[in-house]
Amino acid sequence: MLEWRRRREPSKTMLYLSPLIAIGLTMLTGMLVFGAIGFDGLRAVTAIFITPLIEPQRWADLGVKAAPLIMIALGLAIGFRANVWNIGAEGQYVMGAIAGTGVALLTHDMTGWWILPAMALAGILGGAAWAALPALLKVRLQVSEILTSLMLTYVAVQFLYYLVRGPWKDPDGFNFPQTKMFSGSQTLPAVAEGSLVHFGVPLAILLALIAWFVMSKTVAGYAVRVVGRAPAAARHGGFDASRVTWATLLAGGGLAGLAGLFEAAGPFGQLTPQFPVGYGFTAIIVAFLGRLSPPGIVFGALVLAVTYVGGEIAQSTVRLPSAATGMFQALLLFFLLATDVLVRYRLAWKARPARSAP
Amino acid sequence: MTQPPDQTAPSRLALAHVSKSFPGVKANQDISLSVRPGEIHALLGENGAGKSTLVKIIYGVQRADEGQISFDGRPVEIASPKAARKLGIGMVFQHFSLFDGMTVLENIALGLDESVPAEELKARIKAILDSYSLPLDPDREVHTLSVGERQRIEIVRCLLQKPKLLIMDEPTSVLTPQEVERLFETLRQIAREGCSILYISHKLHEIKALCEAATILRAGRVVATCDPRTETTQHMAELMIGAELKHLQRPTSSKQGAARLSVERLDMPGEPPFGTSLKGISFSAHAGEILGIAGVAGNGQAELLLALSGEHLAGRADAIQLDGRPIGLADAGARRAAGLACVPEERNGHAAVPDFSLAENVVLTARHRLPLAPSGLIRQGPVERYAGEVIARFDVRTTGPAALAGSLSGGNLQKFIMGREIGQRPDVLVVAQPTWGVDAGAAAAIRQALVDLAAQGSAIVVISQDLDELLELSDRLCVINEGRLSPARPVAGLKLEEIGLLMGGVHGESHQAESAHA
Amino acid sequence: MTAAILVSIFMTLAAAATPILLAALGELVTEKAGVLNLGVEGMMLCGAVAGFAVTYSTGSVPLGLLAATLAGVAAAMIFALLTLGLGSNQVATGLALTIFGIGASSLIGAGFVGRTITRLGPLFPADYAAHPWLRLVFGHDAIVYLSLALVLAVSLFLRRTKAGLILRAVGENADSAHAIGYRVLAIRTAATAFGGALAGLGGAYFSLALTPMWADRLTAGRGWIALALVVFAAWKPGRLLAGAYLFGAVATFELQAKAAGWSFIAPEVLAMTPYLATIVVLTMMSLGGRTGGRDAPACLGKPFPAS
Repeated sequence: MLEWRRRREPSKTMLYLSPLIAIGLTMLTGMLVFGAIGFDGLRAVTAIFITPLIEPQRWADLGVKAAPLIMIALGLAIGFRANVWNIGAEGQYVMGAIAGTGVALLTHDMTGWWILPAMALAGILGGAAWAALPALLKVRLQVSEILTSLMLTYVAVQFLYYLVRGPWKDPDGFNFPQTKMFSGSQTLPAVAEGSLVHFGVPLAILLALIAWFVMSKTVAGYAVRVVGRAPAAARHGGFDASRVTWATLLAGGGLAGLAGLFEAAGPFGQLTPQFPVGYGFTAIIVAFLGRLSPPGIVFGALVLAVTYVGGEIAQSTVRLPSAATGMFQALLLFFLLATDVLVRYRLAWKARPARSAP
Repeated sequence: MTQPPDQTAPSRLALAHVSKSFPGVKANQDISLSVRPGEIHALLGENGAGKSTLVKIIYGVQRADEGQISFDGRPVEIASPKAARKLGIGMVFQHFSLFDGMTVLENIALGLDESVPAEELKARIKAILDSYSLPLDPDREVHTLSVGERQRIEIVRCLLQKPKLLIMDEPTSVLTPQEVERLFETLRQIAREGCSILYISHKLHEIKALCEAATILRAGRVVATCDPRTETTQHMAELMIGAELKHLQRPTSSKQGAARLSVERLDMPGEPPFGTSLKGISFSAHAGEILGIAGVAGNGQAELLLALSGEHLAGRADAIQLDGRPIGLADAGARRAAGLACVPEERNGHAAVPDFSLAENVVLTARHRLPLAPSGLIRQGPVERYAGEVIARFDVRTTGPAALAGSLSGGNLQKFIMGREIGQRPDVLVVAQPTWGVDAGAAAAIRQALVDLAAQGSAIVVISQDLDELLELSDRLCVINEGRLSPARPVAGLKLEEIGLLMGGVHGESHQAESAHA
Repeated sequence: MTAAILVSIFMTLAAAATPILLAALGELVTEKAGVLNLGVEGMMLCGAVAGFAVTYSTGSVPLGLLAATLAGVAAAMIFALLTLGLGSNQVATGLALTIFGIGASSLIGAGFVGRTITRLGPLFPADYAAHPWLRLVFGHDAIVYLSLALVLAVSLFLRRTKAGLILRAVGENADSAHAIGYRVLAIRTAATAFGGALAGLGGAYFSLALTPMWADRLTAGRGWIALALVVFAAWKPGRLLAGAYLFGAVATFELQAKAAGWSFIAPEVLAMTPYLATIVVLTMMSLGGRTGGRDAPACLGKPFPAS
């Protein structure tokens, strides 16, 4: 019989291999499940996981969808490393967009290079402010950031609804609940003429590089890692867990806020009730798929972007319901967590059992 | 005195050729031993010799890979602790298997296999407490009890099942000398009533005082069986360690220098829910001196170490002074930079991060005094060089600076941690339980390193529950009890009994102990 | 007629409190065994959609409730397999379970959007509850009575029975429980399954009793509020009951204010109240010195065996 044997040290190979195994298992399970409920399972899985990669005209869309996921997941991963479970990135993303849009509405009749940076700054501050409340409650009163950050997500979404249906409704919008369209100085420029790929995409890669450098080469990054792994050792080494909690939540909120503003000033060009698309939650999967490391997160965001783009393809080609994408993403996270066991354990044939008594 | 055990009856417990392996370790190899009815049998061996694994097999917590166990002459298979209890085997664990937030009664009920109504159970507990004259209140919550009282819970829990074999795993490591004597009386009474006792220890004088037979383990194998009443301690120690005992090299001239660390009226509330408060702690440690702090576990040692290291801050700056400078309000990093280094008791997760490499663990506490990360950037080269130096100088058995701290054995990790601090040449080193769970070779090396550091003019404070170690190492000794520290006394000429009384005598009868103080 | 209005307000309140009470009570038992399952929302959604699908297909509400309970258990078993079997991180796995529940319910429910069923009605015949005050006693549906009985049962189980003592012991100190010979993982799995069953049932209360119609993400974060409620209740079933009905009052206020057409409060602001109230309550608990630290089971969320 097979049994699990604990490895003496975690396996480096499995650390990198297990996400790939998880992706493989997700595809296999997806194929079987969707086959069983009456879809063409093979075509569905191909459409979701393969088509977006082999059709060059989809690549721009992949980049656009991956960029916010990278930014949010970077911030979340830094927090998760420190055992700070900010799961309200969706709310911070929405508040970042709202704060940036506030600036956009104030500067609607102006032009200038400074408007977009001002919106970005507002986005960062909006997201960070929304993460500051969980940080304050966690540090001062030991209230679980898991619950507060999530509750604030619902509040942020309702606040968005209130704004677009009320004070920020476009007076020339035929009573649709949406803000004015952003002006040229308020819209994220494309990296090349006529391309869908906006400036946020290369910036997301740059941010991943910076995050990698900070986490692996600096004392600040060390502080985050040690506070998460061994809080008592961190205190012994002179690191302040409260400061790390503050820093990681503010960084996570700021990055989510920036991602929200880029989404508003990029693909959306305005705020509507459809704005919260769940990137803040999907980014949790991205963070784990990327093993909480910045280079891994870029890869993970790409995989999840593939499922988004592929999910749209599958809707039109095999008539898969749009909810199927969410299922695939959840399955991926399950398999990822399950295959994690391979890093710490290995499968081996069971040793001879103890000689039994007659 | 115990009755001579019945020579004709079959062995109460007999092991034949028992082996057990874990990844990378053969914990037990071909072990055979037998315990007669009513016999107190010692299982002797140093840390890591395989004693704990063996008793876990006997108590059904783990399964042997090979070998056979007989009980009262019949071959048995012990699949679980429940099966062991059914046979009549009871066990008192080294780290008690108790539930702090529950009452004594609930704890005992959890250890019984049948369901007994609370009132009836109380009566049965009372009967046992009376017949062995053990004081214990069944309605108290465990966290309010002393370590000795907690041990009594485990003993009562076993005795309720009317055991035929009682396993005691290192039962005295947490008791005062008086409590040890008291425990021995109880054990002798239990043995007189016909119950066998398997007594696990590495303390030779205890085994000589209590046991009638001994099986000595080394590196997972039986190396000898003997009668400890007639064998010399020296010889048993050499069998246990497998080499001749090395004696500590102490400098001949031990003249005391100026006070380097001074603590004055240090108060600190204990951490809820179960912490001990420090009350008016005052002492000083001088250049070239080793000051020992003795005491039973849980009397404020952990809190004292945290207060000295800066992990908990004292209320006043002048409560702690380093070479005359007040540092009571400085944080852990600032204190280390100023020359005060601390090594806490718990290696994994406190002194070191198990899933970090040794090199990364160097950054944890050495970055203040060594130029490892100036301006916030970690310099990989110097970090690895320093880790390599520590490994070489302190003979740490490992694959190199990239090895994970958690992959090292307890002794090797402790040598690495001590080396990491000593290599920074601290002016004052405070260390808790420096050789806890460490094999004899590593323990000797660590003690020698402490003596050498003191000889170079540093002041050293050793907080330990191991009285033998403190008496060997220290120049002066004080005792911590319920958060209060006794005045320091020169070790030369100090009697064990006096220390025992300072440690609180027999807990659970605190009024007696207090009158002894007066 | 004020009596009738008050009674009807209380009926709404009890209905709003019941699903959260059920889910929180299940989670309380799970947490008492030392398992932190953050997937309550996901399990509720699995229950909600399974209950609706079965009731819609068979026309039977009891069958739907049974299916919901089983669906909750099944979802909880995924969690148990990962965290207890394979030792994965409980927080991450709980989040995964919620994401899974949202995806699965949305996928299965896609075919049912807008379909209606006959709702679960009062347990007792209408003439028992003819008088408004009697309605308070006899006017509820079976699940409301069941939830109250379960609070009592769980409370007695935890405090008075040997099995309850063992469950608490496993949550208090898993290593000790293992050393004495209790099967920690089996007990934790059972507690997790119980949590899943009640979460599934609570979820189905949304789709079978509160609304007769299926809608995506029907539970709207109530699973998270249930988690907060366990902290608020300091892991005590009696306090949980009080907390759930307090929450029911907040939700009823939101409904009443909307129905009354108060124009000076935006409906979006009213919709925020349950979430804001949760944060306020958690904060006040901490300010009052009743932080989770002291009341929480000592091994909550810690893996066994320790990794």
